[in-house]
Amino acid sequence: MSEEIITTGAERRELISFRVGEQEYCVDIMAVREIRGWSPATTLPQSPGYMRGVINLRGAVLPIMDLACRLGMPVIEPTVRSVFIVVKAGDRMIGMLVDAVSDILSITDDLVQPTPDLACDAVRSFIRGIISIEGRMISEISLDRLLPEREALAA
Amino acid sequence: MTRTVLTVDDSRTMRDMLRMALAGAGFNVVEAVDGEHGLEVLSAHRPDVIITDINMPKLDGFGFIEAVRVDDDYRAIPILVLTTESDPAKKDRARRAGATGWIVKPFNPEKLVDAIRRVAA
Amino acid sequence: MDELEAIKVTFFQECEELLADLEGGLLAMQDGNDDGDTVNAVFRAVHSIKGGAGAFGLEPLVRFAHVFETLLDAVRSNEVPATPDLVVTLLRASDVLADHVSSARGLGVVDEAVSAAMAAELKACTDPNAAPAPAAVVEAPVFEAAPVAAAPAEALIGADDALDDDDLGFDFQPMTITIDEQAADVAAAAGNVWTVSIRPKSDLYRKANETALLLRELARLGPIEATLDASAIPPLDMLDAEAAYATWTVRLETEEDETAIREVFEFVDGDCDLEITRGEGLSADAALAALLAGETPAAIAAPEPVVIAEAPAPVVVESAPEPVAVAPVVEAAPAPVATPVAAPAPVAAAPAAAAKTQQIDVPGPGQSVIRVDPERIDRLIDLVGELVINQAMLAQRVGEYGIAPSSNLAMGLDELEQLTREIQDSVMAIRAQPVKSVFQRMPRLVREVASMTGKQARLVMDGENTEVDKTVIERLSDPITHMLRNAIDHGLESPEERKAAGKNPEGVVKLAALHRSGRIVIEVSDDGKGINRERVHSIAIKKGLISPELQLTDEEIDNLIFLPGFSTADKISDVSGRGVGMDVVKRSVQALGGRISITSRPGQGSTFTLSLPLTLAVLDGMVVDVAGETLVVPLAAIVESLRPKPEEVRPLGPVGSVLAVRDSFVPLIDVGLTLGYREASPPPTEGVVLLVEGEDGSRAALVADAIHGQRQVVIKSLEQNYQQVDGVAAATILGDGRVALILDVDAVISLRRREPPRPVEPTLIAAE
Repeated sequence: MSEEIITTGAERRELISFRVGEQEYCVDIMAVREIRGWSPATTLPQSPGYMRGVINLRGAVLPIMDLACRLGMPVIEPTVRSVFIVVKAGDRMIGMLVDAVSDILSITDDLVQPTPDLACDAVRSFIRGIISIEGRMISEISLDRLLPEREALAA
Repeated sequence: MTRTVLTVDDSRTMRDMLRMALAGAGFNVVEAVDGEHGLEVLSAHRPDVIITDINMPKLDGFGFIEAVRVDDDYRAIPILVLTTESDPAKKDRARRAGATGWIVKPFNPEKLVDAIRRVAA
Repeated sequence: MDELEAIKVTFFQECEELLADLEGGLLAMQDGNDDGDTVNAVFRAVHSIKGGAGAFGLEPLVRFAHVFETLLDAVRSNEVPATPDLVVTLLRASDVLADHVSSARGLGVVDEAVSAAMAAELKACTDPNAAPAPAAVVEAPVFEAAPVAAAPAEALIGADDALDDDDLGFDFQPMTITIDEQAADVAAAAGNVWTVSIRPKSDLYRKANETALLLRELARLGPIEATLDASAIPPLDMLDAEAAYATWTVRLETEEDETAIREVFEFVDGDCDLEITRGEGLSADAALAALLAGETPAAIAAPEPVVIAEAPAPVVVESAPEPVAVAPVVEAAPAPVATPVAAPAPVAAAPAAAAKTQQIDVPGPGQSVIRVDPERIDRLIDLVGELVINQAMLAQRVGEYGIAPSSNLAMGLDELEQLTREIQDSVMAIRAQPVKSVFQRMPRLVREVASMTGKQARLVMDGENTEVDKTVIERLSDPITHMLRNAIDHGLESPEERKAAGKNPEGVVKLAALHRSGRIVIEVSDDGKGINRERVHSIAIKKGLISPELQLTDEEIDNLIFLPGFSTADKISDVSGRGVGMDVVKRSVQALGGRISITSRPGQGSTFTLSLPLTLAVLDGMVVDVAGETLVVPLAAIVESLRPKPEEVRPLGPVGSVLAVRDSFVPLIDVGLTLGYREASPPPTEGVVLLVEGEDGSRAALVADAIHGQRQVVIKSLEQNYQQVDGVAAATILGDGRVALILDVDAVISLRRREPPRPVEPTLIAAE
């Protein structure tokens, strides 16, 4: 009965949380296609530093993004625990390189708080909101902003 | 017993229209794309009634009707010709060739089935 | 009405084909090939469009097609001579017809004034004696076709509700038949008795009509009594099986009028003597009297029981309310008497045959076509691409184990490779299409451009059946359009200039497609004045595109027109202008791995040559190592590969160097540096040089660290999940499963020209 009361206000969603450096982030599970172990990527010339390159994902060319670098933190040194999370962002699929996957969260939207003002603009545009759960602070990634517009970078 | 109608027309649209109308009225439909093809299909399917266009490549409607009428096996099969408008000259030529009756395009399914009934035993 | 909508889709598809046939036929006539077959095919195309349009109630299309068809009918029966002028008119009419089709399809609007003027012109051609009438008046007679065509498709396909409820005549009709306006004789009330006397001629039977069926039809109008007067039947030994002797007298009680009765005999008009009188007819009485008197004419004339036993004449048929029930009774009667013996047999046999017959979609003679969703083929091609990659990966793994090439395993792998290639070729062949679909659109373009520029141009096409992958077909249309526009606008002279030069005032533009060394080549040539090299050269200098000191060959001068910012037209014309110069065309062609060039002969014309790969799905490339990365260089761009000797490398300026190749100097470009893979170039003599030729013909020496050899690779898009990357044409997947980038040679050359090497971002190095 109590659970029904919780879900009346908002839809229950599931999120996958992961670690980038010392911080925790998450994305909606509906956007996640798969999680794969790290494998070396082919470097892309003329690309921003957060683009690790491209890998072969069952015949498709998948760009790999260093999420730490994208969020303005030091680049990730890949280890055996490093993984990339394959997500669908708009009509594109990208792999996000993260340090480790933590767990799956089940939340309602009323647990999501707006991103505080003190965060820099770059970070704020990639963060959909902040979730406070069991004393942890988890930032939800806004996937549609992660990759640059196709034309913007080609110039 | 389901009756078989052979439609001979080089226009896919017209063949489809005929098929829709005839199949809807319970006829079995076989098709040919010109007169020559019509003669081939004729021997394979022995239709009860033939509906043929006049303007066709290879063998036109007139030639097709004449060819059907000189064959003892097929001479008694009623043939309806499709005419776009009541062109008396064309109609007369088709009749001289041996056409049993005619259908003026565009036809409605009723008119078509009616014409078949009038010539089919 | 789903089925009807589906047929409508078919109709418009067919229209496209018919319009292409029409234009093709007219162009053949223009080339002097106006034999009967061509004219007939042209006529049939318009006729079929009209027929289908009528079925869908597409009035404006029907009306225009009708006028067009009428003229074509006159042409094919030689009433109107097919002069060159007339064929030009017919071609223009075919354009208007195409507009009508598009409009009926909901894709565009017909210019009513143009259409009306064209219709008037066609009518004037059909009947030269008729005074040219203003368009509005001309429309009127065209409407003749309208009553037939006017009914919308729903009404035609639908049932009685399509009929006019106010017309009492229809309310009683058990069948829908055409009826004269004044026909509904309401006064012909119930209980009217008619006498119908039918005397069939032999022609009636020759056309597979039957008196029995006529009687059956009469019975649908009301109760009948039919009497056969067989007095005219000769003795059996004189009986002509083909002839007709009997006379039927029918007493009919019906509420229908005479028109309805005559309607029954519509198909046998002229094939029988028909008398229709109101009231009890005399002939029936006479026959009856004869019967009563025992003078059975048939019995007397033909004493043999063969004839009379089954058909005792006169036969009286009681009309049953259901025509179906009447039929068998009537059927038996006339057959032995008058109907040729052969007649009923096949009819009777037919149902048996019909029972065995399945409803089969009969394909055209000699052609069997399977329709496949293109997406399925695309998927198949993708899968075969995967197979090629997997096979390469497998071969590489096996190679790493050091297995001898003569071993069974290695030989089996070779066979697998062979098979894989064959499968790939076959699958690609499925998707290959003739360039016809693109070429078909060009005659109209040529006519329009010619009329816009005041030129006279005739298009000659060759190699329309040349096949190329679908991925390329879709990209051909734009460059061909531009080349043709350019050829007419800039290549051809005005008719006056041509006459003055002793040429035919009508210029010829040729569009040809052919296969040459694994590529498709499209040539657009004209017989115009050729390129004015002096002018082109001075414009290029004036616009600062080339240095005045530069010595150029004729060919190099011709190809200056592809330089960005070059336009020879003093004023930007409507036609070639449009803000799109040949430089843009060239760039888009290059993006597809293609080349375009022009050659010209003064006074004799110019030829554009466009070459493209046969497919954009696979590519032949050279696999090279650059700063630890594996890259693929398109083979088409490579002239040769060489190891430079120290004396061939000459420094030029502070950082640049050139390579001496025979007697020319070619700029050396370190690919690793240009793409930002490294910050300093190793000496070129330690690496390998690929001498490449850019699409503009300029050469460069690309420095790589090592060459791995040639390979056919499957092209993978970078843009699908990322975006275009400068210097990279696409990606592929190599035997080891890793992604390799395919180099965009032209972009690398221009990157090197444009800016000094960019320092590599440290993060990228850290990533490795």
